[in-house]
Amino acid sequence: MTARTVNRTLLYVVLLIFAVIFLIPVYLLIITGLKSNSSISIDQMWALPHVLGLTGLVQAWQHVGPDMLNSVYLAVTATVVVTILGSVNGYALSKWKFRGSNVIYFLILLGMFIPYQSTLIPLIRVLNTIGLFDTIPGLALVHIVYGIPMMTLIFRNFFADIPNELIESAQIDGNGYWGIFRHIMLPLSVPGFVVAAIWEFTQVWNDFLFGVTVTDPPHQPVTVAIVNIAGSQHIQWNVLMSSTLIASLPTLIVYLVLGRYFVRGLLAGSVKG
Amino acid sequence: MKQTREGMDASAAAVTVPNRRPRIRTEKVWAMVTLIPSIILLGVFVYYFIFWTGYVSFTKWHSFIQNMHLNGFQNYVDIFKSFRFQSDLRNMVYFTAFFMIGTLVLGLFLALLVDQHIKAEGFFRSVFLYPMAISAAATGVIWSWLLNPNTGLNLILHAFGLHNVPKWYLSTRILPHLHIASINGGIPLAMFAVLIASIWQWSGFAMALYLAGLRAIPEEIKESARIDGARSIRMFWSILLPQLRPITTTAVVMLMASSLKVFDLLYAMTGPGANFVTDLPALNMFDTTFKGNQFAQGAAIATVLLVLVLIFIVPYLIGTLRKEDSK
Repeated sequence: MTARTVNRTLLYVVLLIFAVIFLIPVYLLIITGLKSNSSISIDQMWALPHVLGLTGLVQAWQHVGPDMLNSVYLAVTATVVVTILGSVNGYALSKWKFRGSNVIYFLILLGMFIPYQSTLIPLIRVLNTIGLFDTIPGLALVHIVYGIPMMTLIFRNFFADIPNELIESAQIDGNGYWGIFRHIMLPLSVPGFVVAAIWEFTQVWNDFLFGVTVTDPPHQPVTVAIVNIAGSQHIQWNVLMSSTLIASLPTLIVYLVLGRYFVRGLLAGSVKG
Repeated sequence: MKQTREGMDASAAAVTVPNRRPRIRTEKVWAMVTLIPSIILLGVFVYYFIFWTGYVSFTKWHSFIQNMHLNGFQNYVDIFKSFRFQSDLRNMVYFTAFFMIGTLVLGLFLALLVDQHIKAEGFFRSVFLYPMAISAAATGVIWSWLLNPNTGLNLILHAFGLHNVPKWYLSTRILPHLHIASINGGIPLAMFAVLIASIWQWSGFAMALYLAGLRAIPEEIKESARIDGARSIRMFWSILLPQLRPITTTAVVMLMASSLKVFDLLYAMTGPGANFVTDLPALNMFDTTFKGNQFAQGAAIATVLLVLVLIFIVPYLIGTLRKEDSK
């Protein structure tokens, strides 16, 4: 009995230690972001700010505000379009398997794992040719295309769980391919759409590689903007940390509010749900 | 799994009710038609582009001006001879090994802790997983500050009286001295800074996978294997771990694929490092192509990277899809 109490206590101590370690970056991000530039000194970097200074946040917003808007526009457009594409694909591949549909599914899925470095050179050429290089719509197009595999996977797994009896009875009621999709699949798959949308939004928001290759300032997403600030000659730590905080907030909020769905998205990403 | 059965059910229904047959054919045609836009997009942006990059890797395109004259395997010979790419391969081996071991062990350990019917489980789960929601670029910015030799963690080590503090990603030491080709084949210490940040970001993912796996194991088996003594450590090795093997396979493949692609974190945190002690192929490809304008060599690096990923991913995907179909 006492051994058990000791073990339980030890368990919580270990858990708390790990929790503290995991939270250190966020702690530093917040306290540094809230310090005014003059009160930042290296030996005080772990200390809480004496006075809350919002100058860092304000300056950061001036730096990255426009890029935040780029990211919002980018992530929302890509998420909406690719979620629709993915749901249509997932429906076709889960409920109406035809000869060769497994091969198509395999080829779609593989697109998720390729290192994008092996597509960058042609990508830039093609975007240049069609006039979308260094534009947010161009970057959105890229994210839509490379988001298709994951969205197809999520929706295919999700739709597979919808009983076929429902589809059969809908057919008897005279529904065709799109009627079943609209009246049976869509209403039953709202949680699937949430999982997919969260995943895609997070992916697009957090992307850096495509952003840095396809766009230049001022048409860049916010991830590229913060890395540019970090690479500048005289780094103002409070501005940099505030910017990083601002750039991370949308996905953090999504995660905190809709964490359950976020996890489901992650698990769907590892093929088996 | 269910799909094949469904397909069979549908055709069986079509046989018994003759006039439904054309309907099902129409629907399968619709299914094919709706897939066409995605097939075209991925056909161009993935498969044609890969082919294109592969082709570029055999050309003489070495400047801004596109030159598609063939150059044989010369670009591959050049990159494998280059000090930077050799360093990349060394770093990649160490990075992948330590990253996977670190992430899996920590992830499994956290999952076991969280699975002990603890209070505030949701809180701990959220804390361990949140780094996954943050971009690798932001992670790189934050950890480059935490692991800067003059700031961050070293201040705390100083406060504990340690004066011989690590130089983290600025370190140029490679231990031990192992000469392989023109490079030192030991472990670059600077890599550990990148590893810490990467493991911080990904171990929550491993935890979530293992937690899902643990929850799927019947309660009776787990009850007997609860960690509350030396006895159950053996239970863990002989019962729990084998039960978790499919999860481990999935996690290994996912982590392997992601470790080969590491780019954002390096770009934001360390760059290639002095003597390329923290460089990895994905970053090398980017620099070679877009900063050095050595398009053909960049394409060659990208192609090597692609082949490495495919070696792991293709058998895994085929295996997963087969298993699903046979269920």
